[in-house]
Amino acid sequence: MRLNVTVNGRPRQADDVWPGESLLYVLRERLGLPGSKNACEQGECGSCTVYLDDVPVCSCLVAAGQAEGRQVRTVEGLAEGDRLDPVQQSFVDAGAVQCGFCTPGLVVAAHDLLRRTPRPSDEEIREALAGNLCRCTGYEKILDAVRTAADAS
Amino acid sequence: MIPFDYRRAGDAETAVAAVAGNPGAAFLGGGTNLVDHMKLGVAEPDLLVDVTRLPFDSVDPLPGGGLRIGAGVRNSDLAADERVRTRYPVLAEALLSGASGQLRNLATTGGNLLQRTRCGYFQDVTTPCNKRRPGEGCSAREGYHRYHAILGASPHCVAVHPSDLAVALTALDAVVRVRGPRDGHGERAIPAAELHRLPGEHPEWDTVLGHGDLITAVDLPPLPMAARSRYRKVRDRASYAFALVSVAAAVELTGDVIGDVRIALGGVAHKPWRATLAEAALRGRPPDRAEFRAAAEAELADAQPLRDNRFKVPMARNTIVSVLAGLTGEEPR
Repeated sequence: MRLNVTVNGRPRQADDVWPGESLLYVLRERLGLPGSKNACEQGECGSCTVYLDDVPVCSCLVAAGQAEGRQVRTVEGLAEGDRLDPVQQSFVDAGAVQCGFCTPGLVVAAHDLLRRTPRPSDEEIREALAGNLCRCTGYEKILDAVRTAADAS
Repeated sequence: MIPFDYRRAGDAETAVAAVAGNPGAAFLGGGTNLVDHMKLGVAEPDLLVDVTRLPFDSVDPLPGGGLRIGAGVRNSDLAADERVRTRYPVLAEALLSGASGQLRNLATTGGNLLQRTRCGYFQDVTTPCNKRRPGEGCSAREGYHRYHAILGASPHCVAVHPSDLAVALTALDAVVRVRGPRDGHGERAIPAAELHRLPGEHPEWDTVLGHGDLITAVDLPPLPMAARSRYRKVRDRASYAFALVSVAAAVELTGDVIGDVRIALGGVAHKPWRATLAEAALRGRPPDRAEFRAAAEAELADAQPLRDNRFKVPMARNTIVSVLAGLTGEEPR
């Protein structure tokens, strides 16, 4: 099938798409957007988190056919030109990165949290990030980064 | 994952016909359980019929004061609905206690009810499991079964149903609306408490639905007492974990006694467990801890815990007592 999907504000097309392949695969392998990571592929780790019609989802669980005609925003779409989003900048500043595999998903999840709750409590941060697993267990710096981003915005 | 065909259904009739006509077909909702089972080899459908664009995506008032929840309403949207939050808080709390934000944004009402057990042996195709391949045997009975059933299990299966939503709907006397190949243009109504079944001789059947039956909506009765309701989930982590035990309850006080009460338990059986014995023991009784405890013990008298989940019996008892005490003002919420 030909898949039509708006990604980071731009209408995109991909040809010869198998409707059963994942949205994550489409983004990474067909549209050249490798920011969203392919880790558990079962919706457990959150590394593939993207906005689909403005709500964060695990893109590994969304069939390409289900994304037809919809809006996707990936971690690549958060920065404005060379200016990082405050969440991204805070991850850099806090050193909230170890191996980095979970980082894009956490950045999108934290971005969504701060849109909805600009001044989250620690409990709210923990709950909002519960679906994003860091196998390096670097959660303390990640919490620091989200607190810093909340203060910056 | 084996290859499969994908088709987007334009209307319910076409969707039902497409699945009913192919023994290997399955409905696709949010995909949060089916897709991961396909990756694990637990499910191997050859056709997915996508029902997420059918017009079942709204919550509408029913004549007489109830609510009709479309089967495609996402868990996060349902939990955020103001009418649900104020009139059926147990339902919003149950939804928010399940999964993660990313998963609740995908998961649908109908799909949540039809999710399958998280028994590790069911999900591991290298181990025997009567639910996955009937007749193979149950690995959990003598294996790792900390999360498994204490009520209503059979020699063939000790799995529990993992849905939090289903426990709340069972307590609320909700009704599941189904359209299937046998129903023509009509629908049939199944009480939420009767949707799931006990394993018995056939643990491969989770529910009373047949192949091609499509859940279209869930109806909530008006039930004014549900305004005083809550869901408590006891688990190993503060978030993003399945229940060891959960309790959904609503209480109505009439003068100094319990006029009416609804209690359902999660994490204890192959289906959401409506605690009818405890409810009967409490009606007309004063709302105090001794009564709550006696009622919980009546419900759990027939519990048959496994080697490593005996803790669930006192845990269920204590959680029932605590939730009822909170609802009747014995302790702050």
